[in-house]
Amino acid sequence: MNTDSTFHDEGEAPMTAAAATRTQAAEWLERKGSGEWTVSDQAALDAWLGQSWKNATAFWRLESAWTRADRLSALRKPGFGRKAFARSRSAAPFFKIAVSVALLAGASFGLYEMQSFSHIKTYATPVGGRELLTLADGSQIELNTDTVLRVATGTSNREVWLDKGEAFFEIRHDAAHPFVVNAGAQRIVDLGTKFTARRNGGQTEVSLLEGRAKIETVGNNARSAILSPGDVAVATADKVSVSGKSTQDLADQLGWQRGMLVFRHTPLAEAAAAFNRYNDRKIVVAGADIGRLTINGTFPTNATDLFSRAAKDAFGLHVEKQQGRTVISR
Amino acid sequence: MGEISGNNRNQAEPPGAAATAPELRAWFVREVLPLEAALMQFLRRSWRNPADLDDLCQEVYARACEAAREKLPNPTKPFLFAIARNLIIDHVRHENVVSIEAVADPDMLSTSMEAPNQERSVMAREELHVLQSVIDRLPERCRQAVVMQKVEGLTRREIASRMGISEKTVKRHLEDGMCALADALYGASGHPRQPK
Repeated sequence: MNTDSTFHDEGEAPMTAAAATRTQAAEWLERKGSGEWTVSDQAALDAWLGQSWKNATAFWRLESAWTRADRLSALRKPGFGRKAFARSRSAAPFFKIAVSVALLAGASFGLYEMQSFSHIKTYATPVGGRELLTLADGSQIELNTDTVLRVATGTSNREVWLDKGEAFFEIRHDAAHPFVVNAGAQRIVDLGTKFTARRNGGQTEVSLLEGRAKIETVGNNARSAILSPGDVAVATADKVSVSGKSTQDLADQLGWQRGMLVFRHTPLAEAAAAFNRYNDRKIVVAGADIGRLTINGTFPTNATDLFSRAAKDAFGLHVEKQQGRTVISR
Repeated sequence: MGEISGNNRNQAEPPGAAATAPELRAWFVREVLPLEAALMQFLRRSWRNPADLDDLCQEVYARACEAAREKLPNPTKPFLFAIARNLIIDHVRHENVVSIEAVADPDMLSTSMEAPNQERSVMAREELHVLQSVIDRLPERCRQAVVMQKVEGLTRREIASRMGISEKTVKRHLEDGMCALADALYGASGHPRQPK
């Protein structure tokens, strides 16, 4: 349209007057959201809006659309906000990998993918490591050795993925936003609880200390079980079996939170396997017969030497240190 | 030919403080904007130069707000379309040559007025879906900037450093994104603004 129109506000020749007004409105709106907006900026904007109805309506129109786009933050999936985690302990070396950068990868990255990947943080502990995460909602998750946990951060849902290893969850109850732990083919839906979840290949073991939780398999043949305190559920892709454990057993099982392994009539092979989760130097128990010998005791998780010496002293077994491993045999 | 000349009524006073009145703004957003697609359809049928449509639409909005500043109309739709129709007639009268197609015929007018209000029927739960598809159609860099601000809540500066571009460029992407979003959501523009 010709530039001599009476609608013409500003002198940008190639644009229609409406487009020019819109551009100005967009500039105001962008500035307003830039994080550096002052009282005098607002006064200047108010004055600009007051100059003409075209300014005002162009601004309202953009602002309203832009505000509607705030709904997009729902895609920021589950979680706990931007500064979700405060590390309350700095024990073992700990690796944090922010995956949200994945957004930038790939030109065809649509919002649907983002919905699954944006704002998911990955937390990992090395062998022998341990880490306590405190979520913004007050819930705590403690990662045991050799564990990978992904946490969705955002606004509404609370969801994590236990990809590997073991974690203890102490979850703040929020009826509107159940806390979901995905562990391979299983989901644990917390109803306000303390529990541990451990992945071991395709199997997930959940021990409930307090509260209530539901474990369910995800698949065509979905199974689920509601857990009460003391329940230990072992779930595979198509099966959930639940057994009871004493409070003492559960407490022993959580010895790792104190950096301890607690054994009560524990077969030697099982004890060795427990140590092996925490240490790069692996203990090999050679021979099924000695693997069935049972031991009692409380050991620091890294005390493989102490453990093998105890085996040697108590059972008269032979201990040989080889490269990268300790072999216990007759 | 085809340019819109000034109108002889509503030589509107500047709105002044009325432009910051929340009631008027709320009415405009709630009642008027959802009619934009139907309004543009009406204007397109009534006016032969497509290049003028955005200006006409903006003029309808300005007149509507001027008329509504004392008392909000109820219902809004006939009010808005009456303004649009008067605007077209005003402009046609000022044209030296009145072309026949420039005058909206009453049937078309009523058709437009009965045009289903799509925006309103969009359920809240579909809103996100609509937004997603709008965002998906933005040019790539523009889309990234909008997503980082709206989904991730990053500031302009953070976006600039993440994308490795200047703040000025981010600013432009965001402004383009705003305009594209508004056009897509309200179904307006005869010719959407092309990102630079």
